[in-house]
Amino acid sequence: MHALEKILAKNSGRKSVRTGEIVTAKVDFAEINDLYLQTVYSFYEMGGEKVWDRERCAFVFDHYAPCPDVKSASNHKEMREFAKKNNLRFHFDTNCGVCHQVMPEAGVIYPGMIIVATDSHTTTHGAFGAMGTGCGATDMATIMMTGELWFRVPEIIEVQLEGEAPKGVFPKDVILAVLGKIRADGAVYKAIDFTGSYVENLNVAGRMVICNMAVEMGAKTAYMQPNQDVLDYVSKRAVWPFEVQYTDPGYQYAESYVFDVSKLEPELACPHSVENVHTLQSVIAEKDIYLDQGYIGSCTGGREEDIAVAAKILKGKHIPVYTRLIIVPASQEVMKACISKGYIQDLMDAGATIAAPGCAACLGVHEGILAPGEVCITSTNRNFPGRMGSKEASLYLASPATVAASILNGKITDPRQYL
Amino acid sequence: METRITGKIIVVGDNIDTDQIYPGAYLALTDPKEIGSHCLEGVDKEIASTFPQGGIIAAGRNFGCGSSREHAPIALLAMGAKAVLADSFARIFYRNAINLGLLPIVCPGIAKHVETGMTLTLDLDSGTVTIKETGEVLPCDQLGDQQKMILEAGGIKPLMRKRFGKE
Repeated sequence: MHALEKILAKNSGRKSVRTGEIVTAKVDFAEINDLYLQTVYSFYEMGGEKVWDRERCAFVFDHYAPCPDVKSASNHKEMREFAKKNNLRFHFDTNCGVCHQVMPEAGVIYPGMIIVATDSHTTTHGAFGAMGTGCGATDMATIMMTGELWFRVPEIIEVQLEGEAPKGVFPKDVILAVLGKIRADGAVYKAIDFTGSYVENLNVAGRMVICNMAVEMGAKTAYMQPNQDVLDYVSKRAVWPFEVQYTDPGYQYAESYVFDVSKLEPELACPHSVENVHTLQSVIAEKDIYLDQGYIGSCTGGREEDIAVAAKILKGKHIPVYTRLIIVPASQEVMKACISKGYIQDLMDAGATIAAPGCAACLGVHEGILAPGEVCITSTNRNFPGRMGSKEASLYLASPATVAASILNGKITDPRQYL
Repeated sequence: METRITGKIIVVGDNIDTDQIYPGAYLALTDPKEIGSHCLEGVDKEIASTFPQGGIIAAGRNFGCGSSREHAPIALLAMGAKAVLADSFARIFYRNAINLGLLPIVCPGIAKHVETGMTLTLDLDSGTVTIKETGEVLPCDQLGDQQKMILEAGGIKPLMRKRFGKE
């Protein structure tokens, strides 16, 4: 069996599971973000009274952090009251950050678990050898009542990433290259296991970037076998004991792809689709793409490593007049680290706007919305029409280094000359 | 559960993500009627106000990709849609739709065979879609047992109420 199948089997009280079977599995942690007051409504509509386990369920207020309007503030108020009433052990209010960064930091994510959250990017937690998957409000309400959810045991695709990344090629470039090949629906209903020497040597942050965007190929979940970096991270933080699962030798994947990471270049996903991926060089060879905004943030591209590389590129320089650079650290912990290392100072001196940790403009809610006709380069995960505001705006997805180099130049620019 | 549905259709393209179905700017709304009034605004602002009641969406591949927002099927139902026919569906949207009683039916190539304003009959028992104007009959996928069980109960909410002895 695959490690993911072992996780599903263990949590559904079986010895084994087979692809295509429907199993009802115990959920080890359930997270509700602040777009989902509907979860509370569905919970009561279905006759819920108390959540199944006050230790294993939490709210994260990240999409409206802090609240931009009365309606979202009222939603927070109702969710806060629900959390209080259920005496939830963990509560992450507007002072924490994006759920997928905050949960691992808090130690509720660990290898071998099932984490379900009301957010599609829950695939991120494959980085830790966990099975993470997103769901809607009403599925979440059923978990809150029962502590379990039904799953179809997915086919598993292997994406083998081999070799060392050349200078200027970041985990974001790697996952964009994979996406360009597998496409936006290439893994629908399936799981992706990222393997290979690149993954074995990748740090926690880089693993999170890659697993995070597995959902942009439609994946139900993502997986990476934990390495020492992951074990060091979780052993310092994990709140509960855990058991790492391993895939049996000779496991037969449904499909396999191999990428030679040493041959990759900086990549871009061009408007208006995540699968519209081209090498940066091929795009800028055709024409200059002038920018109104650069954006570094989100559960994909707002970690310390992302902000560090932007600070390195921008230190002692200044972005052009009439452009802006929005920096949104993924969490308070990330922001504090970036302050103490001087990155925030360097970026502010370079003309950046620093916003409160959270999802911010990644999904077009607040803190960096685009006007019609504007062009933005961003380290986030989606460039759908209207994702960051006007549907007449254009979004290019890129690594944080490409974002920093590009906004510094006022047009899309290869970061390699600055590294 | 209704197994034969006839309705007027609107046609949309490939990769219609949940931001296009329900833009991020309206995510704080909680009233289904209000949510429905913004349905598919990311495709065309006029769709929600002119949508035929009991109508059907015909789409290309990967309908409902992107965010997990349940607002998307809530908006489609509140706008008056009964079913979505597509080449394929994103997983979370598919689950959300089944849970709420909106039919997501895989019907390969459907969007290429029809035009907005035509009338379709979806027959779940025979696994067919009949286009009234052309008489063409296309095969569609049948629902799995798990999906049927939820839909026959009227969605996940009645199913859970029953399980917890609330009715």
